[in-house]
Amino acid sequence: MTDEKQSVCIDCGTADTGKMWVIMGPQHPFSHGLWTLKAQIDGEIVTDAEPIVGYLHRGWEKECENRTYPKIIPMADRLCYAASMTYTHLYCLTVEKALGIEVPDKAKYIRMVGDEICRIQSHLMWLAAVGTDLGNLTVFLWAMREREYFMDLNVRLCGARMTTNFPRIGGVRNDTTELFDRDILRCIDLFEKSIWDTISLIDDSSIFISRMRGTGYLTREQCANLGITGPAMRGTGVDFDVRRDDPYSNYDKVDYEVPVLKDGDSYARYLVRIEEMFQSCKIIKQCMQKIGALGKNAPYRLKTPSNVPAGRAFARIEDPRGESMMYLVADGTDKPYRLKVRSPIFTNVSASKPLVQGSRIADVPVIMAMIDMCLGETDR
Amino acid sequence: MAETLQNPTVGQITEHLRNRFGDKVAVTKTEERRVYAKVRKEDVFDVCRFIHDELTFEHATSVLGNDMIDRLEVVYHLSNYYTGTMIELTADLPLDDLHIESVSSIWSGANWHERETYELFGIVFDNHPKLERLLTPDTYEFHPFRKSYKLRGQP
Repeated sequence: MTDEKQSVCIDCGTADTGKMWVIMGPQHPFSHGLWTLKAQIDGEIVTDAEPIVGYLHRGWEKECENRTYPKIIPMADRLCYAASMTYTHLYCLTVEKALGIEVPDKAKYIRMVGDEICRIQSHLMWLAAVGTDLGNLTVFLWAMREREYFMDLNVRLCGARMTTNFPRIGGVRNDTTELFDRDILRCIDLFEKSIWDTISLIDDSSIFISRMRGTGYLTREQCANLGITGPAMRGTGVDFDVRRDDPYSNYDKVDYEVPVLKDGDSYARYLVRIEEMFQSCKIIKQCMQKIGALGKNAPYRLKTPSNVPAGRAFARIEDPRGESMMYLVADGTDKPYRLKVRSPIFTNVSASKPLVQGSRIADVPVIMAMIDMCLGETDR
Repeated sequence: MAETLQNPTVGQITEHLRNRFGDKVAVTKTEERRVYAKVRKEDVFDVCRFIHDELTFEHATSVLGNDMIDRLEVVYHLSNYYTGTMIELTADLPLDDLHIESVSSIWSGANWHERETYELFGIVFDNHPKLERLLTPDTYEFHPFRKSYKLRGQP
């Protein structure tokens, strides 16, 4: 807290009402990235809050206007390091829509496997963050340990751990290898057993439960109106998942369930994420079966022209954190005229005030952890 | 006033928009679960309120700006949680009048999208609760996503 900020805050009420502004961030253990939450507290109760973002604004969308279409693929990876393949997939979907092409079935399934690996690893990363936010380092270590399985799978699939650079416009870069086919099923079997260690560590702990149950409460209507999406929304009773209700790739050809809880508190959001990881495992298993049934010689990539015809296209996708969307205006050249990214966390974090208002200051980290901050996509 | 329409199909959405607004809203294209429409900027607020209240579109996915050099555009993507349908509304803004009514009183989620569009394109959303710069520093006096703002290497 700088002196300058303090004096500003005193101006807006501290001296008169006994309320105080606490500035959490940009360097703060709870923020998981560079952002600030200004919280006004009255005793221990948060009466007002204002999120401040923008420390990481790179002008991503403007930078894209200066690059050819394939060059944007590795940039899309950098939007969110925990779910990089999801964003690359989304970008490729948008360009394919503008081109009016349909990718081969095999590419669709491989992309879905990549997406679901990302979803699991992103949720595990979130679980690790929640563990540290609530003061349990074992949860952090165990969740990160499980996450390594999926990092290794990424290496098997495309050679990189995080920024995968794997989907291409018109398909994916390479087919799955035999080692990948073998390891992914092993990993999932192992994961489905070992994740119960972490879950029981949380569910058997009264500290975790009492800090999550009843905090960060929103009603269904509030949640829908605030534009919160993703697991945070499904823990608040909105029954919507882009994968199921507006299917892309081949999500309409696999069988899975969308967990929805009506409690609307942090604990419900935690449960939704845990269940989503198991559903992702289910999707991966089915996709691997379908890839196997298509055979080794099935095509996985199309040749595409480098120029995109003039027009507009958008696509949306279920990111691990919520609904993300890209909107492309093409002008017939090999560079996009305008590319807009709708990031789920950008909107989720704008709802900080209703989320934390009325709760105790000590509960703020866990409430904000439930929306799973990722600054790369928020600030773009 | 027509009653709330649960689970509207693409055909019903098109029909209701035509019945209610006549030629103020021009539906340009429809696809499976997608409706694309052009709307005059004066009517944006009324159309959005109708879409929210009577067509049960509870969620504004995004509000974005676009610089077409001879005009600016604001594009709204509105989505329905029951059917997965999306409506894309496009409103043109002439360069000499960059004002449009804010929809953040309808969808609170549009609040930050409008702030972002304001700072990056200089489009002013009237009756917005807090129209200030969000991502870029407050001291900036230009709007970096306009086409007149060149990047290094751009002609």
